[in-house]
Amino acid sequence: MAEYTWPAAGDRLHIGKHISRLDGPVKATGRAKYAYDVNRRGMLWAVMVQSPHAHARITAIDTSAAEAMDGVVKVQVIQDVGTEIQWAHDEIVAVAATSEEVARDGAAAVKIEYEVLPHFVNERAVDEAPDAQPAQAETTGDPAAAMASAPTKSSGTYHVAQIAHCSLESHGQVAEWQDEETVTLWASTQAISGVASQLGERIGIPASNVHVETQYMGGGFGSKFSVDRWGVVCAELAKETGRPVKLMLDRDQEVTVAGARPSTHAEVSTAADADGNVVAWDSKSWGSGGPAGANSPPLPYVFAFDDQTHMHTSVPTNTGPARAWRAPRHPQACLVTMRALEDLAHAAGMDPLDFFLKNIDKTGERSGTYTEELEKGAELMGWRDRWRPRGSGTGTVRSGLGLALHTWGGRGHRSNCEVLAYRDGLVEARIGSQDLGTGTRTIIALVLAETFGLGLEQVKVTMGRSVLPASGASGGSTTVGGVSGSTRRAALNAVDAVFERIAPRLGTEMANLELKGGQLHFKDGSMAAMPWRQAATLIGVNPVSATGANPGPGQLNDSGVGGIQMADVSVDMETGVVSINRMVAVQDCGLILDMKLAESQVYGSLIMGVTYALTEERVFDPHTGQMLNADMEFYKLAGIEDVGEMIVHMMTGPGYDERGVIGLGEPPVIAPGAAIANAATNATGVPINEMPMTPERVLAAINGGMA
Amino acid sequence: MAQTRYPKTPREEQPEASADSAETTARGPFSRRQFLRGSAAAGAASAGLLSGILDDAAAQGEPGVAGPGAVDMAFKINGKAHVATLEPRVTLLDALRNHLDLTGAKKVCDRGTCGACTVLMNGDPVYACSVLAIEAQGADVTTVEGLGSPANMHPIQQAFVDHDAQQCGFCTPGFIVASAALLNRHPNPDQDTVHRELGGNLCRCGTYAGVRAAVAQAAGGGTTNG
Repeated sequence: MAEYTWPAAGDRLHIGKHISRLDGPVKATGRAKYAYDVNRRGMLWAVMVQSPHAHARITAIDTSAAEAMDGVVKVQVIQDVGTEIQWAHDEIVAVAATSEEVARDGAAAVKIEYEVLPHFVNERAVDEAPDAQPAQAETTGDPAAAMASAPTKSSGTYHVAQIAHCSLESHGQVAEWQDEETVTLWASTQAISGVASQLGERIGIPASNVHVETQYMGGGFGSKFSVDRWGVVCAELAKETGRPVKLMLDRDQEVTVAGARPSTHAEVSTAADADGNVVAWDSKSWGSGGPAGANSPPLPYVFAFDDQTHMHTSVPTNTGPARAWRAPRHPQACLVTMRALEDLAHAAGMDPLDFFLKNIDKTGERSGTYTEELEKGAELMGWRDRWRPRGSGTGTVRSGLGLALHTWGGRGHRSNCEVLAYRDGLVEARIGSQDLGTGTRTIIALVLAETFGLGLEQVKVTMGRSVLPASGASGGSTTVGGVSGSTRRAALNAVDAVFERIAPRLGTEMANLELKGGQLHFKDGSMAAMPWRQAATLIGVNPVSATGANPGPGQLNDSGVGGIQMADVSVDMETGVVSINRMVAVQDCGLILDMKLAESQVYGSLIMGVTYALTEERVFDPHTGQMLNADMEFYKLAGIEDVGEMIVHMMTGPGYDERGVIGLGEPPVIAPGAAIANAATNATGVPINEMPMTPERVLAAINGGMA
Repeated sequence: MAQTRYPKTPREEQPEASADSAETTARGPFSRRQFLRGSAAAGAASAGLLSGILDDAAAQGEPGVAGPGAVDMAFKINGKAHVATLEPRVTLLDALRNHLDLTGAKKVCDRGTCGACTVLMNGDPVYACSVLAIEAQGADVTTVEGLGSPANMHPIQQAFVDHDAQQCGFCTPGFIVASAALLNRHPNPDQDTVHRELGGNLCRCGTYAGVRAAVAQAAGGGTTNG
């Protein structure tokens, strides 16, 4: 029977090559239909009315004017009188109408009255928080004693603002009922299988009667795992009106209620011995991601010291709730840790590259990887020639270098795949996964084609529907390991099943057959190789079917990666503007299936990192509790001119490939902010301790530092 | 950079438009038509910037009043004639997406910031969310669907595929249309020109490295990084 392994380096047909995503042409020509693009015959548009208050109790709702409006078909109260609203923009009423314009008119005509209650939105002022929740300190060794006796000490306070997911396709869906018991949901989701179960439970029909379809998805980044209240409302409106309904969030809703990354603020003290070994760590952090506060960031990050202590306080706020944002808690922990260690390196009078290498054994089992990556990164950045001590620059515009390390798990999730081989030669994978734009569809095709020894044009991937074999949600960098594992096992099983069926028809044994280079080979040379298309005709009218799952036999994927990033920035000392000159990312992720897609993930992560490092922040007005920049004009994403030159190096070959596939969605997005902050600190000569590093903040740091 | 077009506001409407302008400063629902009219009138009143445009409008005589109900409109989109009965306040973007099922142009910010809805009007890139459909009558409108098909892609579409200048793909149609316009104007652009001309389009997944390389390929060479 099949051996569940990946092919050796010399035997790979597609794996590791630069392969363009297969759905590229459909997307690039505007033919790809996202949930937002689904238009159904007789469809209604739904718009939601939101709370203008951050904390309030609903005292009256009058929908009569909206209901009387021409074109308004149904008005549904989502949260009724008496409900206590915990954040601004929370949804209260939905209006479904025959056009988007009329739906908006209807929403504007809904009258809601509130009893306004006191709110708290700015958790940075933790002392003013009405409901701060401190946790027990986690302590190893005796950090106080280690700190007291150490010759080199450093301390600082670091801030990472709350940011939004700001997916370009907002949350939402189109719902259409086929009959009283069956509904189809075209949803913008990272979890088709999970959403089917969630919606079934919420509206009281079997999960198997909810058909979720997501062929293309306009960004989620961790914010789209749930059916959400608006998904339920959309399905209910569709049922009650007997018509398909489209309900997509508006941009202001998207950035206020549909996803936030919690803030982190931390006071850190560190100490090193005379040789530059870190001997003590003490951190107190706090932060918020809305009414549930925020979980503790993993501090110290990547490194573990013999004597360390950390304490976290969760601060609930009246702001739209947090959702998982790529590598939850890691980017914040990375900024705090890498900035603190850079400060300690400076106190020790050391180049941070030497300092990090000196302490690399404290990173544990990935220390060898980090060492190789730091050396490679230094070469690509020209670090050894170009690094100068903090604040050495002169003139108005000063440049500096910074670095940071990160880590992530990324083991493959649970996934099931069915592979079908047809007598016309087509081989199909059916899998209930979704492609968020990471290239999942392409990865599945590539693994299938690799296993059958075929070209990519000879295989087909059917995915993005919840009725297909269940596969996990796409989050936490778990998809690539999951779907590649299930597809590889299913495909290997399918090859065996094909051999089992056709061997008797060829008068030979299964074990004598082999698929390679698009041909069926006879190992004993008894017959000449025949093209796969010809061999496939022997399958007969009933296709061969086989299944595979992840996890399963054989090590096809693993968990745990390390990566390093370096930033070269310039800071204008008169304006406080930080500009990115160059970013270097060196990353491992085990066996790379498609080098082009892997590199895209890292380029994209660097860019997303630049944008949260420099511009992204959910700004709340303490007086009204409103988010002040709930749009894309002032919730700023970096543009093409803002991101500098980018160099990406993927670690491959012996020591990496044999670990199997490991996820890449989260790791490279963790460190850019920390590397940039360290570079800005190196350039200006003053600690730049806040993200985003807006000109205002950098200038304040510069002026404070010079005072 | 994509451009928006100023609405042609007759002088007679200024007093009323000023009232609308005040309304736009308050939080709460307002129509795009009121917003555009209000801000145009405010600009004209404060700085006189639009006086030329207003004079032009006046010189063309009293414009017909359309709406507020739906009116018949005719469009030329991707070389084909389309008719629709739409309220005058409907944007070109909503007309394309909601009424003509041309969903390549995306609705993202709906406020003329992100560029995901970029289409060509008479060869110039515009934000379709910031143009009223009624204004697009008589213009030659090209959407991303009109540039090429999966089987017969425009060179810039092929270049986006080759350099993986797309991940989720939601900003991609806008980027491709803006890039096509860029290459029409600057067949061999340097990097500063690329950055300036595509500065009106935003990507969340982070595909700018691929976009730079794609534009360089479609331009027939040149150097980019990434």
